[in-house]
Amino acid sequence: MLPAPSISLDLRGTPCPMNFVRTKLALEDLEAGQVLELLLDPGDPVRNIPRSVKEEGHRVLSVENLGGAFRLLIEKVGE
Amino acid sequence: MRSPEELKAGGLIPQRQKRMVTIRCMAPGGRLTSQRLRAIADVADKYGRGIVHLSVRMSPEILYVKLEDVEAVTRELAAAGQRLASCGKRVRVPTACGGCEYNPNGLVDTQRLAQEVNERYFGWDLPHKFKISFSGCPTDCMRSRENDLGFQGEVEPALDPNKCNGCGLCVEVCQEGALYLKDNLPWRDPGRCLGCGDCLHSCPTDALTVGRCGHAVYVGGKHGRHPHVAYPIASLVPDELIFPVIETVIHWYREHGQPGERIGDTIDRVGINILRRALKPVIGQYLLSHVDLEKPRWQSVFYRGVAATFPAYED
Repeated sequence: MLPAPSISLDLRGTPCPMNFVRTKLALEDLEAGQVLELLLDPGDPVRNIPRSVKEEGHRVLSVENLGGAFRLLIEKVGE
Repeated sequence: MRSPEELKAGGLIPQRQKRMVTIRCMAPGGRLTSQRLRAIADVADKYGRGIVHLSVRMSPEILYVKLEDVEAVTRELAAAGQRLASCGKRVRVPTACGGCEYNPNGLVDTQRLAQEVNERYFGWDLPHKFKISFSGCPTDCMRSRENDLGFQGEVEPALDPNKCNGCGLCVEVCQEGALYLKDNLPWRDPGRCLGCGDCLHSCPTDALTVGRCGHAVYVGGKHGRHPHVAYPIASLVPDELIFPVIETVIHWYREHGQPGERIGDTIDRVGINILRRALKPVIGQYLLSHVDLEKPRWQSVFYRGVAATFPAYED
């Protein structure tokens, strides 16, 4: 059972790198262990965001292909 | 007065203006310390016109230096640890991208290799100029296929099926269509995979990781008046075999190259299989075969139609 997100961001239509900036800012608002939900366009956004989030040290809990968009759950990992 | 060729060997390029030269400074991998950058700027102010040009091979060139000041300039640069580069018929200063040191896409340590290659081989005399480059990933910012000897980092992913949750993100991020899901696990078509590592960089569960990491090797590329696309030679050559590869290719070029002939033209004349044979004892298991070259991966990394023109790679 996946945890409920504390923040949800619909980044469909938000191009790189602004989608990453907004993702990062949202993660900063969370406490460690809380979850961020993202909706991403296919192509560059889904190619870049999960990887960047992982490089920042957070955990991608799930990736769901909604057909035309992707839903990600990301757990904030503490400082 | 020294001849133009002697000047060029020492990194001095005669200018259109009489008794003036351009001083080409060495910056292997395009890297300088701020201290050396300051020394270059000081010299440009003191002896030039305060202008520096960055060469296409990443060398800072101090313009408008009077011939009589060359010795003082060389001395002042040397005091800051700044050596001069070279022109003419020899191993040039290698170029490199940021590599894995700080670039998220970098798969290999291009900077370390460029610095070390420069220390080992810079200035070795050859039949013609010889340019070596290091790219950290298949994006190939340093244009491996347009260098006499180009190295390009690549990775072969490894899968731990127990860690994979079948999310399919790797399939989605692969720009080559090299991955597909079967029984909820990613399968890879090595004939399409470019080895960029996007899949393992994205993998949420670290089910995909670095299996093997190494360099694709290209020989015989050049630009200029008569561009020549390099021959693909090998794949996934590990770091520790880079120097043996360079030395084998240099010795082969010295043996077979005619004066004034770039190595790509030497290969055209002598035959790619003669060079492949020389490399076989060094990197036999990494050499590309004709079967490899027919795969989409090797067909797609050259300008349209070029891959079809490679002669038969004999085994």
